[in-house]
Amino acid sequence: MTQLTGAQLIVRLLERQGVRTIAGLPGGAILPFYDALSASTQIRHVLARHEQGAGFMAQGMARVSGVPQVCIASSGPGATNLVTAIADACLDSIPMVIITGQVPQSMIGTDAFQEVDIYGITVPITKHNFLVRSAAELLDVVPDAFRIAMSGRPGPVLIDVPKDVQNQLVEVGEFPPPAVADMAPQLDMAAIESAARMINEAARPVLYLGGGVVHSGAAPLAVQLAEQGGLPATMTLMALGAMPMDHPLSVGMLGMHGARYTNFVLEEADLLICVGARFDDRAIGRAAQFCPNAKIVHIDVDRSELHKIKNAHVAIHADVTEALEALLPRVKVTLRQDWLARVADLKQRFPMQFPAIDDPRSHYGLVKAVADALDDEAVIATDVGQHQMWVAQAYPFRRPRQWLTSGGLGTMGFGLPTAMGAALAEPERTVVCFSGDGSFKMNIQELATLAEEGLNVKIVLMNNNALGLVYQQQALFYGKRQFASRYRTEPDFVKIAEGFGVPALDLDLADDPRAALAKALNEPGPCLIHATIDREQFVYPMVPPGAANTEMIGG
Amino acid sequence: MIEQVADPLPQASFAKVVLELDVNNHPGVMSHICNLFARRAFNVEGILCMPVSDGKRSRIWLLVFDDHRLEQMVRQVEKLEDVLNVRHHGAGHEVFERLEGFFL
Repeated sequence: MTQLTGAQLIVRLLERQGVRTIAGLPGGAILPFYDALSASTQIRHVLARHEQGAGFMAQGMARVSGVPQVCIASSGPGATNLVTAIADACLDSIPMVIITGQVPQSMIGTDAFQEVDIYGITVPITKHNFLVRSAAELLDVVPDAFRIAMSGRPGPVLIDVPKDVQNQLVEVGEFPPPAVADMAPQLDMAAIESAARMINEAARPVLYLGGGVVHSGAAPLAVQLAEQGGLPATMTLMALGAMPMDHPLSVGMLGMHGARYTNFVLEEADLLICVGARFDDRAIGRAAQFCPNAKIVHIDVDRSELHKIKNAHVAIHADVTEALEALLPRVKVTLRQDWLARVADLKQRFPMQFPAIDDPRSHYGLVKAVADALDDEAVIATDVGQHQMWVAQAYPFRRPRQWLTSGGLGTMGFGLPTAMGAALAEPERTVVCFSGDGSFKMNIQELATLAEEGLNVKIVLMNNNALGLVYQQQALFYGKRQFASRYRTEPDFVKIAEGFGVPALDLDLADDPRAALAKALNEPGPCLIHATIDREQFVYPMVPPGAANTEMIGG
Repeated sequence: MIEQVADPLPQASFAKVVLELDVNNHPGVMSHICNLFARRAFNVEGILCMPVSDGKRSRIWLLVFDDHRLEQMVRQVEKLEDVLNVRHHGAGHEVFERLEGFFL
C-alpha cells in the first residue's frame, strides 16, 4: 500500500497513461496538483500565458499524435478560459483530457472566490465530464476519462477536482492499468456486402472522405479503395491530406470554398460513399440539393451521425478502418473510364483558379512559396478566416495529420498555440502557422511561451488589417456596407514579435521574398514572417451560406 | 446576391411517447439528460426519476412529443456515458397516467 494525496495520485495516473507533456496555467485551486507535478521526473509542464493557449497546445499535441493530451487550469476564470478550446475539440473530435481545480467541496455552491460550475458549463461541449468527490474515485475517473476520450469518436473529457480532494490522502494498493480504447462496434457484414454491391454497380460513384478517416488512421485504406474501385475522392476540410492533393483520383475539397468542378462532380454522382464525414453545412450546402441523384453509403463510428442530415441507403456503424478492410476484398477492380473521363472534363472546364500564384506577394503565391520551401514532413496549422481557406485550397497536402485547422467551431486564435502543441509533440518537424492579423491577435500572448520554449514554429502572418472574411461577406451579401470589419490602427507585428523575443522577418521589405522566406522557414527555432496582402482579394469560389453547392460565386 | 438561410423546421406532430432510461445514479446525470434535450430545443413534457435497487442506478421516465427528430434525439441520449439503455413505450403507458391525480 502506498499513501498518496489526490494530487500525487493524478500525477502518477497521468505518468502511467504515458502522458509526457502537459500545458497549463496554475492558480489557487489547482496548486496542490502543481506541487505534486513539480516532483514528476516524467512529465514536462509547458506554462501557457492564457488558459485558452494551454487548451489549444493540448489540441495541437493530440491532432498530430492521435493520442489524448492533457491541459490544466485552475477554478473560475482559469476554467472558463478553457471553454473555447474544449468546444473546438468537441466539434472536431479531438481526444483531450482537461483537468481543472475547483474550490473545496465545503465551499461549492457558496459563490466562493473563483468558484464557477465548470462541470455544468462543459456538459454540452464535452464527450463526458466528472466532478470528483473523493481521492479514491480518481483511480476510476482518470483512466475512464482517457478511455472515453479515445474510444469510438474521440472527444474532450473534463475532470473537475476540488482542492480538498487534491489534498486528501488515499491508500493505493494496486494502480489501475493504463486506459485503452473500447472495442469498436460489431461490423454488420450484410451492410458491408450491400455497400460493396452498390459500389460495383454504380456508374458515377464518388468517395467523400471526412476527418474520421484521419482519426481512424484509415487514410491509406481510403486511397486503396479509391484506386481499386476507380472512385474519384473529395475531402472535407478536416480530411485534407487523407489522399494526396495531387493524386489522380483526388477531386479536392468540397463545399463552400471548394473548386467549381468538385461541386459539379458531386452533382452528377449516382453513388456517394461517405466515410467518416458528417454532411456538415459548410461541406454540403443546402442539404436537400446535395448530390441530388446519388444513393448514399455512410460509414461512421458515431451512430448518431447516420441518417442525421441525409438518409443513407446503407448505413454502416463501424470504425472506418475495420469497415474499409472488410469492404476492400469485395470491391471489384474497376477502371471506370467513362466516369473518370467526365470528371477530367469537368476539372478542365471548371478548374480551381489560383490568380497570381507565382507572385509570392499575393495570397495564393505566398502559400505556394511556403509549400515550395518545405517538404511533406512539415506540419501546417492555420487560424480561421480567408487565409485558412486559401491554404486549404492551395497547399499540396500529402499526408494525414499534416494539416491542423479549426473546422467545426472555426475558432480565431486557434493557430499559434495549436502549432506550438504540434511542435511540442513532434519537435523534429517544422511547424508553420498561417495566420491572419485578426486571428493572430486573439492568442498573441503565446509568443512569450513560444520564445521561452524555443519551438520550431514559423508564423506566416497574412496581414490585410481587417477581419477579411467578415469584410468579404459584407461586400457580397450586405450591400458593401463594411462595418466593424476594418481596423483603424495597425500594430507593428514585427516589433511585437521582437518584443516577445521571437525573431521576425518583414517580407514586405525583402528584395527577394522567395529567398528570404525559404531561409526563415529552414532556420531552426521560432520566427514571425509578416506579409501584407490586398484586402480586396476574396476567397472564391464561394457558396452563399444556405445555398446549394452548385450556386457558387466567382472562381 | 442575398444570403440564404436554412429551411424552417417542419411542423412538430402532437403524438406523444414515453421513454424509459436506465442510468447511473450520481448528481450530474439529470443535468446531462435535461441539458441534451434543452440544447436541441426538444421539449420534455414530463420527467420522473427515482433510484432503483441498491441506489447505484436510477430509472428516468420521459414524456416527449413524437417529433421527426425523436430518433436522432434517442441516439444522442444513448451516447451519454451514464445512460445504460433506452426503451420506447407508447403514449398510453400508465406511468404518467397514474400520476395525473397529483397534477390536478
